[in-house]
Amino acid sequence: MEHHVREEQGFHIVTLTGEIDLETSPQARKTLLDTVDQTTKVLIDMASVTYIDSSGIATLVEAFQRAKKKGAYLAFICLNPAVVRVLTLARLEKVFTIHQDLESAAHAQR
Amino acid sequence: MSTLHSESQSIIEVTDLTTHYGSRKILNGISLTVNKGEIMVIMGGSGSGKSTLLRHLIGLEHPTSGGIKLLGQDIGLMTEQEMTQFYRKLGVAFQGGALFSSMTVGENIMLPLREHTKLDHKTMEIMARLKLEVVNLAGFENLMPSELSGGMLKRAAFARAVIMDPVLLFCDEPSAGLDPVVSSSLDELILRLRDALDMTIVVVTHELESAFRIADRLTVLDKGDILTIGTVDEVRASNNQRIQDLLNRHFEEEMLDPDEYLARLTGEPQETLIHA
Repeated sequence: MEHHVREEQGFHIVTLTGEIDLETSPQARKTLLDTVDQTTKVLIDMASVTYIDSSGIATLVEAFQRAKKKGAYLAFICLNPAVVRVLTLARLEKVFTIHQDLESAAHAQR
Repeated sequence: MSTLHSESQSIIEVTDLTTHYGSRKILNGISLTVNKGEIMVIMGGSGSGKSTLLRHLIGLEHPTSGGIKLLGQDIGLMTEQEMTQFYRKLGVAFQGGALFSSMTVGENIMLPLREHTKLDHKTMEIMARLKLEVVNLAGFENLMPSELSGGMLKRAAFARAVIMDPVLLFCDEPSAGLDPVVSSSLDELILRLRDALDMTIVVVTHELESAFRIADRLTVLDKGDILTIGTVDEVRASNNQRIQDLLNRHFEEEMLDPDEYLARLTGEPQETLIHA
């Protein structure tokens, strides 16, 4: 798994790439929690996530909850069907803020 | 259903598996494959060998001859250490739940994570709660196993079996002893797990309705032999009398071999009995 963080349209966008599993989720967790702690508007771009397991989903849950607690905004963009299936199994599609892409997220924030 | 999940990649390959308990042959040259994403139901009556086959598939017993490949690896050739690593990819939901009575439900479910990973405790807790949500046991993590009903124990066992997101899940008699409503909900759970997590699932059961609800294919065993392997429709259409007995719910009765039964009762070898 790889990740990078960039700033665009007022968001800190964390792009996750590859497989998020038991081996790589601790790294994703650190990146996401650090970003949430240091900023107030975060998007997580999942377009290039090829696989996510429960440890990855748990990491997303923790980051989302931490953002909510501090009053920050965190949303997910560009979810692929495989990720949506796993989120749906845990009914998290009803909990997370999800946008189709960066433009949709920016529009929703205006 | 099977067309969606019938990729030809074999996850399980059993080749000419034969096993004896003493002089008794329990499995007689069993060969079968299970494909990726498939739900294979292994069924048969008492003494058919289905539970023995399951114990071989999960590496708890070793055959007299023949081999088993899981995910392309011959488990008979693995060292104990390799097998321990390999177990991370497998989940097993045991018949009675097999939860530790001294631990809470949540601790039981997190146990594989504690043993096999170095994840943060918070991550493990959320993972356990996610799985409890999936099996409809949300909020039960602090209860002790003794406080759960039979159906709840089975669901908790499922949660523990899938906590590591195994690619291959084995379920031993998931519906045994449950009322039809609870049994049906467990079947739904098995289907959801396969669909959402793309698991390959092997279910050992003698419950017909459950088998027909969830199976992509069925393997029907009889006295250590395979009677048939096929889809639900193929098994239903079979002309084999044993299989028809099964469909007519006379399986246990019809499977009784009078000679074998008498030999078992009297302790005399079967071949010495003389037919009247």
